[in-house]
Amino acid sequence: MKKDGNLSIFTKGIIAENPVLRLVLGTCPTLAVTTSALNGIGMGLSATFVLVCSGAVVSLLRNIIPSKVRIPAYITIIAGFVTIVQMLVKAFLPDIDAALGIFLPLIVVNCIILARAEMFAAKNPVIPSILDGLGMGIGFTATLTIMGIIRELIGAGSIFSLPVTANIIDPMLVMLLPPGGFFVFGILVAVSNALANKKGKPVVESIGCDGCAQNGSCPFAGDSEKCEKPDAAEIEAAKSEKPDAAEIEAAKSEKPDSAEIEAVKKEKAEDISKDNTKDEKAEATPPAQEGKEEDVNG
Amino acid sequence: MQKMNITASPHIASADNTSGIMLDVIFALLPATICGIFFYGFYALLLVAVSVAAAVAAEYLWCLAVKKESSLRDLSAIVTGLLLALNLPPTLPLWMAALGSAVAIVVVKQMFGGIGHNFANPAITARIVLMVSFPTAMTTFVDPFAAADTVSTATPLSGSQEFATDITRLFFGNYSGCIGETSSVLLLAGGIYLVLRRVITPEIPLAFFASAAGLSALLGLNPELGAQGPLETLLTGGLMIGAIFMATDYVTSPPNRLGKIVFGVGCGIITVVIRTFGNLPEGVSFAILLMNILTPHITRLTTGKPFGAEGKADEK
Repeated sequence: MKKDGNLSIFTKGIIAENPVLRLVLGTCPTLAVTTSALNGIGMGLSATFVLVCSGAVVSLLRNIIPSKVRIPAYITIIAGFVTIVQMLVKAFLPDIDAALGIFLPLIVVNCIILARAEMFAAKNPVIPSILDGLGMGIGFTATLTIMGIIRELIGAGSIFSLPVTANIIDPMLVMLLPPGGFFVFGILVAVSNALANKKGKPVVESIGCDGCAQNGSCPFAGDSEKCEKPDAAEIEAAKSEKPDAAEIEAAKSEKPDSAEIEAVKKEKAEDISKDNTKDEKAEATPPAQEGKEEDVNG
Repeated sequence: MQKMNITASPHIASADNTSGIMLDVIFALLPATICGIFFYGFYALLLVAVSVAAAVAAEYLWCLAVKKESSLRDLSAIVTGLLLALNLPPTLPLWMAALGSAVAIVVVKQMFGGIGHNFANPAITARIVLMVSFPTAMTTFVDPFAAADTVSTATPLSGSQEFATDITRLFFGNYSGCIGETSSVLLLAGGIYLVLRRVITPEIPLAFFASAAGLSALLGLNPELGAQGPLETLLTGGLMIGAIFMATDYVTSPPNRLGKIVFGVGCGIITVVIRTFGNLPEGVSFAILLMNILTPHITRLTTGKPFGAEGKADEK
């Protein structure tokens, strides 16, 4: 992580590690609030604010928070910023507050924010953490806005409440209902996977035990082969199997090899020590002959 | 020289193939289709034509877009388009029918891998998508032999009492409803043809009929519930066409006899429960869709173990 430049920390959240489409985090608000483009932007920006602020604070406190209580500590920090956002939205944007409803306070338990605090902010300095939060937030906002636009256009015939096709054809109500959310979500995930696979990038990288939310409370912490999360375990197993097998093969073949080599070395050393004294002149001439032969062959 | 195919056993040679089966299904649906066109006029014919054409076009374009070998020859797209059209009200705008066909072929069938890989019946799912999207247009019915733009009328499902006694009329289909669902006698004839041709087995339709009729008779003991009578349950709405032509889809129903019976009974119970207690007037399509989703589990729980496999399973 530390090798990444600040720019790539910022941009990876937008497409390569888009939190919704690539990491598949925070799908609950994604499906629930994207019935209109405006709701999508409102939700996305609120979450971005919380992401950036909580990332900065978690990063600042990363050496102070004891690892056993870090999840409650993160949640408390996140909850503080969510409360601020909720009060601001209630005061200045009451319409959006009404539209987002319970999902605004539920940003507290949004897994994107907790995952970024756990995976990134807790291990990195303040500036990269802020950039990471900003990138992830923009990726989240962009995804929610695109989903909102698609669902609003097909489901209500308008974009940002401006009528587009509403008066020409009947809108498809199903797009505003939960099934429509799943349709659009599935298709967007497929599109983003197709785009990412074209560039030859792996679909989702293994997060390992360090990045796992259960790290600390997990009985198998540090032993990723026993991990209960099937994905991570499979990936780790797949990763570790090949080198292991190779190592075992190498270890098997090394023992006889090394013995033989040592035996050969001893013999050679003895031979050389005997020969050196006698055949110094004889040995000096053959290489010259060999060189000539090679030239002829060449 | 004859081409030699080397395959693993069993080497069963059969003249059955997908297009032959689909041709039989189309043939079995034709009487009900013609009857629907006879009842609801030229516009119904237009709807059927547009729906079938859109399904075929969607199949062709999708195969072209994903560079897949065209699967038009198996005729399944025609069956899907025809089944969808028969489940549409005879006044639906043409573009909605075309949209429904495209959803059936592209979203429900091809996105999951094409014929044989869809988890739900394409025609049923497309009908539900249209039903949820355009509730007004999808529930605007007209009387038979009336011009397409006349006033909509009540269907037997919307609680109109005028049909309760007129079972003969329900049997022959001379009432308002979807294009191909009303004439129970012709649908039954098509079903018997399919059973005789061994395209379908009778377990699912019979279990569907029996459980729906049985449950509605049971609910009828309490008049306050307002349940339909058993015969009325069987003859109204999409139960006939759903039970015979859609619930029996090979891909989305269990392959074994016990599984088929469980599947049919589940369809019948859900249908009657939705009709009696739900907000929607009709429950056949939702019942079949829900049972489609349960099909893998039903199959797993009802298939017998092969001889000798049981002992090994116990050792573990």
